[in-house]
Amino acid sequence: MSSAAVPGQRSVFRRLSAWLFAKRRTKLGFLLGPPMLWMAIVYLGALAVLFLTAFWRQDPLTAEVTRQWGIQNFKTLADGEVYRTIALRTAGIAAATTIICVILAIPISYYAARIAKPRTRTILLLAVVLPLWSSYLVRLYSWRVILSGNGFLNWSLEKLGFGSLSISYSNWSILIVFVYLWLPYVVLPVYAAFERIPDSLFEASADLGSKWPKTFRRVVLPMALPGIVAGSIFSFSLTLGDYIVPQLVGNTQFIGNVIYQSVGVANNVPFAAAYATVPVAVMALYLLGARKMGAFEAL
Amino acid sequence: MDPAARSGETVVEEPRLSGAEAAGVDVKFERVSKRFGDSVAVDGVDLEIMSGEFFSLLGPSGSGKTTCLRMIAGFERPSEGRIVLHGRDVSGLPPYDRDVNTVFQDYALFPHMTVAENVDYGLKVKKVAKGERSQRVADSLAMVQLEPFEGRKPAALSGGQRQRVALARALVNRPRVLLLDEPLGALDLKLRQEMQVELKAIQQEVGITFIYVTHDQEEALTMSDRLAVMSKGKIEQVGSPAEVYESPASAFVADFVGISNLIDAATAARLSGTSAAFTLRPEKIRMVEHSAAPGPEEVAADGRVEQVVYLGSVTRYHVDLDGGGRLIVTAQNLSQSSTEALEVQGKEVRLLWSRDNQREVSA
Repeated sequence: MSSAAVPGQRSVFRRLSAWLFAKRRTKLGFLLGPPMLWMAIVYLGALAVLFLTAFWRQDPLTAEVTRQWGIQNFKTLADGEVYRTIALRTAGIAAATTIICVILAIPISYYAARIAKPRTRTILLLAVVLPLWSSYLVRLYSWRVILSGNGFLNWSLEKLGFGSLSISYSNWSILIVFVYLWLPYVVLPVYAAFERIPDSLFEASADLGSKWPKTFRRVVLPMALPGIVAGSIFSFSLTLGDYIVPQLVGNTQFIGNVIYQSVGVANNVPFAAAYATVPVAVMALYLLGARKMGAFEAL
Repeated sequence: MDPAARSGETVVEEPRLSGAEAAGVDVKFERVSKRFGDSVAVDGVDLEIMSGEFFSLLGPSGSGKTTCLRMIAGFERPSEGRIVLHGRDVSGLPPYDRDVNTVFQDYALFPHMTVAENVDYGLKVKKVAKGERSQRVADSLAMVQLEPFEGRKPAALSGGQRQRVALARALVNRPRVLLLDEPLGALDLKLRQEMQVELKAIQQEVGITFIYVTHDQEEALTMSDRLAVMSKGKIEQVGSPAEVYESPASAFVADFVGISNLIDAATAARLSGTSAAFTLRPEKIRMVEHSAAPGPEEVAADGRVEQVVYLGSVTRYHVDLDGGGRLIVTAQNLSQSSTEALEVQGKEVRLLWSRDNQREVSA
């Protein structure tokens, strides 16, 4: 077809595509414009407003937000023992969740990536992501049942002759449920990291005299570390921001619960905003550390 | 490795097999076969590789040469037969219990380690004393001229430099046998030729047996003391480069090693009165005027030049013979220019060659 050869017959689209082909910057603008706009307004804008709000205050009499600048919210946070305890509890459980997730994810991912046959690998990875197909709340309520005083866990333990545990509505049950919830998000990047290691590196290590444990420690683990750190970002940040798990399976407060109550019950948005800067700051530090370990090349 | 550890190892190495195996033979294949599922990669290979020799396994892809190398290294176990490494049956041993090291095709350098750490890896794993380790790492890096790069990561090196690191990392362990799996395959022609010379020099310096896998016949001919030509899992011929090139044992070898003319039995009978098929190297054929008379013991064939390929130092002519069949002839461009060479196209010519240069083959 010679439509391109006859200028009069060139369609609008052809001309437009030829024009765009020449104008690289315009093309890039069309490609990235909408998402960048979304990021700038909805994401960064909201974050900026959050920080600004943190410096306003609630009128103690009318409970209305007044736009009076000051750092009184942060003072309240610094003085209040309870807020420090809650922040430490949240970060502590997030760290514990992350460590357990990583310890569980390494063997699963390694088996799936390096040992399992393709069929087993598919089944295993499917099993890991399967819970993500069902509602978060449904899964939480089923864990409530499992962990409750005469629930499935204690029933099984008693049948096995171990006696029962009273961990329902405790930090233990919160930890168990967090690990359950975020494990897939840790397994996937760790799996990808293990899978990316070329076979020849395993052979080279054996060739140079290493048995498997040494190969794992000296070659596999260091090479997978960025992937492991990348996975830990998920489990850590998701725990840091969650307020439903503590509410449904625990009896302690997390940062998210305080924020939720400040906004929803007390209408003290400025205080909620101030407290919300704590996980943001913790996460910023975490990400800085993660970048140092090369986690962003592994994402 | 410290002397005590070495001598301790020698004791473990027993029992030695027969006396013949101990003397001079470094690697021995005894009826070795390797199957992957239904396909046979290596089919009943018998082979002896001498101590200190530069031995090449040459063949097209899928000929089983790499599988042979991997069985020596221990990455694959033979389905049948035995592999004997300096007198000791190693068929069932894992790679880390064998006194061989490998230079991998993709170099397989550890990306998270520096050049020096890569080279040090094998020594560290074997718990060589720290002082000796750093000395040996320095020596190895000096041998491949990479001292200035010891602190760099492999990603910051060129292909040729990575190749040298891989070589140093293997040689620093002072293996009895060094296995090289197409180590120059990823390099450009110029660098490859430089590395061929350098590899050969290093091999002569360290005196270690090199087993070199390649599909590049020129590389195999240039570097090897002896080579084995492989096809379809079997060894077609073992010999020195000159033997393999001058007296190919089969039509496959003649065709694969260099360019060769294969003259089938019928054409052979017509041209030279012999009954068997033979091969003939293009450079052994003289192309002369149509009227020129053959000398004694010379065979003549007339034909027409169909194609002229000017290759710089030589010109290659494709000549269609009058009675059917085609011969390739190469001639040095001693004094003729490219235009002169190309003018021959379409001309009637006579080809002459000495009967001595005909190599009878079975197929």
